[in-house]
Amino acid sequence: MGSRASTLLREEEIEEIKKETGFSHSQITRLYSRFTSLDKGENGALSREDFQRIPELAINPLGDRIINAFFPEGEDQVNFRGFMRTLAHFRPIDDNEKKSAASSEPPLNSRANKLQFAFRMYDLDRDDKISRDELLQVLRMMVGVNISDDQLGSIADRTIQEADTSGDGCISFNEFMKVLENVDVEHKMSIRFLH
Amino acid sequence: MATQWTLPLLLFSSLVRCLALAPHGERPPPHNLPPSLGFNSSDDGLSVDVPRALRVFSVDYHHVQAPFEIVLWIMLASLAKLGFHWSGRIPAVVPESCVLIMVGLLVGGVIYGVRHSAPPTLSADAFFLFLLPPIVLDAGYFLPGRLFFENLGTILWYAVLGTFWNVLGIGLSLYGVCLVAPSSLGGVSLLHCLLFGSLIAAVDPVAVLSVFQEMHVNDQLHILVFGESLLNDAVTVVLYKLFESFLRLPAVSGLDVLLGVCRVMVVGLGGLFVGLFFGLLAALTSRFTSKAQVIAPLFVFLYSYLSYLTSEMLHLSGIMAIVTSAVTMKQYVEANVSERSNTSIQYFLKMWSSVSETLIFIFLGVSTIQDVHMWSWPFVCSTLILCLVWRATGVLLLTAVVNKLRRNAVTFRDQFIIAYGGLRGAICFSLVFLIDDFPKKRLFITTTIVVILFTVFVQGMTIKPLVELLDVKRKKRSLPTVSEEIHSRLIDHLMAGLEDVVGYWGQHYWKDKFEQFNKKYLRRFLIREDHQAHSSILRVYQELERREQRGEDEASAVVDTRPHSRPLLPEEMDSIRRILSRNLQNFDNKTPAYSRHTLHQQVTMDRTRRPLHRHQSLGERCSYNTGAQQPQGEDGKFSDCQRMRAGLSRSHTVCSISPRPALSDPAVLAASAGTRPGDPKEVLPHRQAPAEKTPKKQISFILENDK
Repeated sequence: MGSRASTLLREEEIEEIKKETGFSHSQITRLYSRFTSLDKGENGALSREDFQRIPELAINPLGDRIINAFFPEGEDQVNFRGFMRTLAHFRPIDDNEKKSAASSEPPLNSRANKLQFAFRMYDLDRDDKISRDELLQVLRMMVGVNISDDQLGSIADRTIQEADTSGDGCISFNEFMKVLENVDVEHKMSIRFLH
Repeated sequence: MATQWTLPLLLFSSLVRCLALAPHGERPPPHNLPPSLGFNSSDDGLSVDVPRALRVFSVDYHHVQAPFEIVLWIMLASLAKLGFHWSGRIPAVVPESCVLIMVGLLVGGVIYGVRHSAPPTLSADAFFLFLLPPIVLDAGYFLPGRLFFENLGTILWYAVLGTFWNVLGIGLSLYGVCLVAPSSLGGVSLLHCLLFGSLIAAVDPVAVLSVFQEMHVNDQLHILVFGESLLNDAVTVVLYKLFESFLRLPAVSGLDVLLGVCRVMVVGLGGLFVGLFFGLLAALTSRFTSKAQVIAPLFVFLYSYLSYLTSEMLHLSGIMAIVTSAVTMKQYVEANVSERSNTSIQYFLKMWSSVSETLIFIFLGVSTIQDVHMWSWPFVCSTLILCLVWRATGVLLLTAVVNKLRRNAVTFRDQFIIAYGGLRGAICFSLVFLIDDFPKKRLFITTTIVVILFTVFVQGMTIKPLVELLDVKRKKRSLPTVSEEIHSRLIDHLMAGLEDVVGYWGQHYWKDKFEQFNKKYLRRFLIREDHQAHSSILRVYQELERREQRGEDEASAVVDTRPHSRPLLPEEMDSIRRILSRNLQNFDNKTPAYSRHTLHQQVTMDRTRRPLHRHQSLGERCSYNTGAQQPQGEDGKFSDCQRMRAGLSRSHTVCSISPRPALSDPAVLAASAGTRPGDPKEVLPHRQAPAEKTPKKQISFILENDK
C-alpha cells in the first residue's frame, strides 16, 4: 500500500480499467495494492503460486478452479488488467447500470456474465455443457468422502434431470440459467468492494 | 356454517367457567366437610342430601379447582382457534390474533356481567414464566439460521439502536405532553414517562409472528422484523428495570446512566452465553440418548426452559437465552436423535407455542375488562401518534445508514412494512402491570391496552391489504430443487474463495471459518459416532427410491412441464439439504494426521474413494518431499508424470498431510472417472512450468485411486 503502488499504476491505465470494468478510482487503487501484495515475485504479474499462497484459498474445495479462472486460456501469468477483469464480474450491480446496460454489450457484472463464471466452475473443458462427470467431480469435491458413489450419482442424476430440457444428458448454459432463475444471483455473487 | 355451533360452544364453556370460577384470592375455598354432617357449606358444592348415610354421588369442585380452570381456559382457547379456522371468510380478512382478542373480550364481558367484578387478569408471572417461553422457543428452533446470520448486523442495528431511539423519543415527547396539560396529567414525572416509553416502544414477537406468518412476505423482510422483535428484548428489559430502579433511587446521576448502558451489553451478552451453554449441554446430552429414544425430545425442552429460567434468575435477557440455546442445539440434536424424535420435537414445539399464543391473546381480551379505567384523551391519543411517528422516523433514519453497508438494500416498501409491522403485544401488557403503584398507574394500564388493541386490530388487519397494495416482494412459492441447492453451494464456495483473493473479510469468509470450526471440533464432540455421516443419507436414498417408484404409478398432478423430473417434496429437499450441509467441506474428517508417523493409520483407515489432494505444506513439514516432486518438475514430460501417478496409485501417501486438503484439480480430473486420460495432458504444461520456476516449493502429492 502507499505511494509505491500508485506510482506504478498510471492514470491512463486506471481510466482504461475504469471504463472496462466499472470500478471506481479508489477501488482500483486499493485492488492494485492487494495485487502487489500478492505478487511476491514483483514482476507485475501473478502466477498460480501467488494465488496458492493465500491460505484460505487452499482449503476451499473450488480453490484450484477459482485460480484457474483468473488465468486466460493457456497462460500462467495474469497482469493487473486481467485480474481486474475477472474481479469485475463480482461488482454489485447498480440500479442505474441496469437501465443503461441495454444499449451496448452487457457489462462484465451482468447477471448472465456472473452465471457464466459460475458455469465455468463446472465446465472445465469449455464445451459449454456440464456433463454428468463434470457435475460429479464438483459434487465430490464439495461433499467429500462421506457419501457413496451411488448416492452421489443419484443426486447428480437428479440435478441433470431437473435442468435438462433438451434431453442430451448435459446441462447447457441456458438450462443452467433457467434453473437458477429464482436464485438472487445478482446479490449472492457480488462482493462489496469498499469505496 | 360451522360458526353456528362453535359460538354456542364457546359461550357454553365460558358460562361453565363463570359459574365455577372463584376470583383469585377473594374467597377462601370452603373445605370439604365430613359427610356425616350432611349439609352444604358453600354454594359450589352440589351434593345430594342423604342425611347420615353414605353419599352415593358428590361433587367436589375445589379439589380439582386449579387444574380444572386451567384446562378450561386452554380448552376455550383451542376451541376458539378451531372455530376461527372453520369459519368461512374470516381468516382471510382478520388475523387470528384479533379474533382471539375479541373472543377474550366476549368471555371477559360475560364473566363481568355474571359476577359483577373484574375477571381474572393475566398475571405477569404466569405470562413470563409459562406462556412466553414456548413461543420464543418455537421461534428460535425454526429460525432460518442462514438468513438470520446474514442479516444479523442489520437486525442488531434495528433492535438496539432502534429501541433506544423509540424509548427516548416516546418518553421525552410524552413528558412534553404531560407538561403541556398539567391539569389532567400532573404527577407524571419524567422518569415515569421514560418508564412508560420503555415498555411501550418494544415490538412484540408474539404479535409479529402471528400476523406475519399469514402474510408470506419475502424472507428477508420477515427475518428483519421478526429478528428485531426477538432481539430487542435485551434492550427493553434493561431499560425497563433501569428506569424502575431509578424511580426508587432518591437521585439519578450521570454515572447511573452510564452504568445503565453497560448493563444493556451485559444483559444481552449474558443471555447469549447462558443460551450457548445450555444449548451445547443439550447437544451433548442428546448424543447419549440412543438407548432411551423416547425421552430425547424432553431434553430439548428442559434445557431450553432451564436456560430461560437461569437467565431470568440472573436478570439477564431470557428471550435471548432461549433463542440462542435453540439455535445452538438444533443441528446437533437433529443429527443425534431418531427421525421420530425429531418429528416429536417439532410437533410439540408447534403445539405448545400455538396454545400459548392463543391463551395470551384470549387473556389480553379478558383482562381488558377492568373495574377502573382511567382515561385521558390527550395522553392516549398522543401515545398512539407518537408511537407511530417515532417508529417511522427511526426506521427511516436507521435504514438510510445501514443501506450503505449492505449488499442488498432495504427498499422503501420494505421499510414501510417494517415500520408499520411494529406491533405491540402482551409483553407491554405484563410489564405495565408490574410497575410500582403510583396515582396514575391506571392511566398507563389503560393506555397500554389501547395501544395494543390499536396495533393488533388496526395495523394487524390493514397490513395484509397494504402488502398487496404496495406490491411488496412476496415469498417465492416455487418448489425447491436440488439444482438450486447445489449451485448455491457452489456459488458460496466461489464467493468465499474470491473474498480470500481480494482480501476482504466479508460474510463468506466468516461463515467459512465458522463452518470449519464446527466441523473440526463441535460436530466431533457433540454428535454420535455412528451418526457423524451415514444414517440419514441411507434413509434419504431409500426414501428417494421409494418415492420414485410410487411416483411412477401416480399421475403427476404437480405443475411440471418436464416429464422426467419430479419436483421434490419439501421433506426430501430438507434431507438432501441436510446431507449436503453436513458433508460439504468435509474433507477433514478422515485426515487428522500431521506427521508421517501416522501415515499408516491414515492409509488403512481410508478404504473409500477419495478425491485427490494436493497439499501445500507450509514449508517446514515436508522436507523430504522433493524426491517426489522432482520427476515432475525437472522433466516436464507428461509420461513421467503419468508414471509417477500410476506408481502412486495404490493409495500411497507420499508425505505428510496437512489437515487442509487443497488444490486438487487437474489431479481430480485424472483420477475421478479414469475416462479422460487426455485431460492431464492439457493441464500439465500449466503445472510444470510453475513447478520448474520454484523448485523450492514443497508440494506433496497424495494420490489415491480406487480403480
